[in-house]
Amino acid sequence: MDNKKRKPGSNWWYLLLLVLFVGTLWVPFFNSVEPTWAGIPFFYWYQMLMVFVGAGITAIVYFATE
Amino acid sequence: MQNVNWIALIVFALLFGFITWLGFAAAHWRRGDLNSLSEWGLGGRRFGTLITWFLVGGDLYTAYTFIAVPALAFGAGAVAFFAIPYTILIYPILLVVFPRLWSVCHKHAYITAADFVIGRFGNRWLALAVAVTGIVATMPYIALQLVGLEVVIGGLGLGGDGWLGEVSLIIAFIILAAFTYSSGLRAPAAIAIVKDLLIYITAFAACIVIPIQVGGFGKIFAAIPAQKLILAVPHGQNTGAYSSYATLALGSALALFLYPHSITGILSASSRNAVRRNAALLPAYSFMLGLLTLLGLMAFALRIDKLPEFADGFKVFKSNFAVPALLLHTFPSWFVGVAFAAIGIGALVPAAIMSIAAANLFTRNIYREFFHREASDKQESQMAKWMSLIVKFGALIFILLLPSQYAIQLQLLGGIWIIQTLPAVLLGAYTRWLNPWAQLVGWAAGIATGTWMAAAMNFNGTFPLQLAGWTFPGYSALYSLALNLIVAVVLTPLFNQVSKPPEDQTAPADYQA
Repeated sequence: MDNKKRKPGSNWWYLLLLVLFVGTLWVPFFNSVEPTWAGIPFFYWYQMLMVFVGAGITAIVYFATE
Repeated sequence: MQNVNWIALIVFALLFGFITWLGFAAAHWRRGDLNSLSEWGLGGRRFGTLITWFLVGGDLYTAYTFIAVPALAFGAGAVAFFAIPYTILIYPILLVVFPRLWSVCHKHAYITAADFVIGRFGNRWLALAVAVTGIVATMPYIALQLVGLEVVIGGLGLGGDGWLGEVSLIIAFIILAAFTYSSGLRAPAAIAIVKDLLIYITAFAACIVIPIQVGGFGKIFAAIPAQKLILAVPHGQNTGAYSSYATLALGSALALFLYPHSITGILSASSRNAVRRNAALLPAYSFMLGLLTLLGLMAFALRIDKLPEFADGFKVFKSNFAVPALLLHTFPSWFVGVAFAAIGIGALVPAAIMSIAAANLFTRNIYREFFHREASDKQESQMAKWMSLIVKFGALIFILLLPSQYAIQLQLLGGIWIIQTLPAVLLGAYTRWLNPWAQLVGWAAGIATGTWMAAAMNFNGTFPLQLAGWTFPGYSALYSLALNLIVAVVLTPLFNQVSKPPEDQTAPADYQA
């Protein structure tokens, strides 16, 4: 891989993306109805929340590795 | 379905008329010589962050997505939500890998993924495999957009056993073919703006109005039986729904950006940073898709298929009719026209881009590479224009003559096939360690295994892999990709003994430019 122009230590930010993979693919963690929010089961609102978390992490990594 | 919904139809037709005009007018947008393939096929690579957001969003989130994912939620419940982790995970991939691909393609004026593969690995047969896989995987996807369009045309009351439905489909398609021919990628880029705005409005409106009408999300979810509400918990030595859900999401995410229409959308961006920024901005569409998936559940909760006025629709379109029925049930006719136009136009945008992408591949990597090396710019773009017409009409004939079940099965296979180009395209953006011939064998092994797995399960995407007494149901695409990689890795040192791979035309710095 070519890292000549990158800031030193910037590759750590990419590990944040790995957190995202685990958070969305570790199914046993979110396969439940409780706790509900506004009548919506956890299974659904957790994954919708992860959409924003994902966008946020991606934005952080974008700025940190510019 | 003899009752034509006139108000909805008029609104629908007006919006369609508008985007028809827009498709043709787009030829003059950010003017360029449409006789050059990179102008016709990549919009001259001029689309900044915002236009790229509309284009790629409109490209990836298709009419078929809006119909089929909620239909799956309607029929099978929670498992349909795999579309959410799927569309979450595509963005880290976009952020990390695709700026490299954008840069190297920009530097070397590569128009297609196969162009890149030839430059990187110097092997025209591997490039041919990538090109053919891309074209073949795209065709059923175009056909399925027509299915999405068919469903809303049916919802307007034009379906049934008359010819009106088919004529409407043909008219829509002629419009699509005409403005794609004349304006190339600029047409779907301009129209995507309209489509995406309409879809957002529809999704948000539905997800606000319906819960209010019913009396809250709690009531909606209470009406869904336990076995559909969340995934079935696996038991015994079987990872069950957990592994199938996760592998479906991961495999689909890996495959998505390998499709030619995704790559075309990305390569048309004006800068590497436009691509990177969109990795953080495009997730808005995933949220919108989540809302639409919930609509499928709402349709089920309301027992929409039991209502007599929708009986015909469900008979013809089965669960694909869930979202149209729900919209018809909830909203006044004029808004139904808007919503259906959103879905209908949502078929044309990706169909246009898909046909352009397939045409680009054919022109560059089959026609020019193998038959007419000295082709001029004009000859290239002319060939691409014709190819995009042929591809579209092929899809239309397919849908009109064959049951849509075939298109769905081919689409499943398409996903399994396209993921086999991952080593050459995604890994190739990082390293050329894998020997190209080894990759070709791996590709063949992956295609064969994946196809066999799908056929063995009667075209269900999940294959129950048995290892050490455990069963791991998982997405066939992911399993066959694993085999592909193993084969390629094992064969690489062997093949390297036999012949040294040709020069790499790309330099490391090209990927950062």
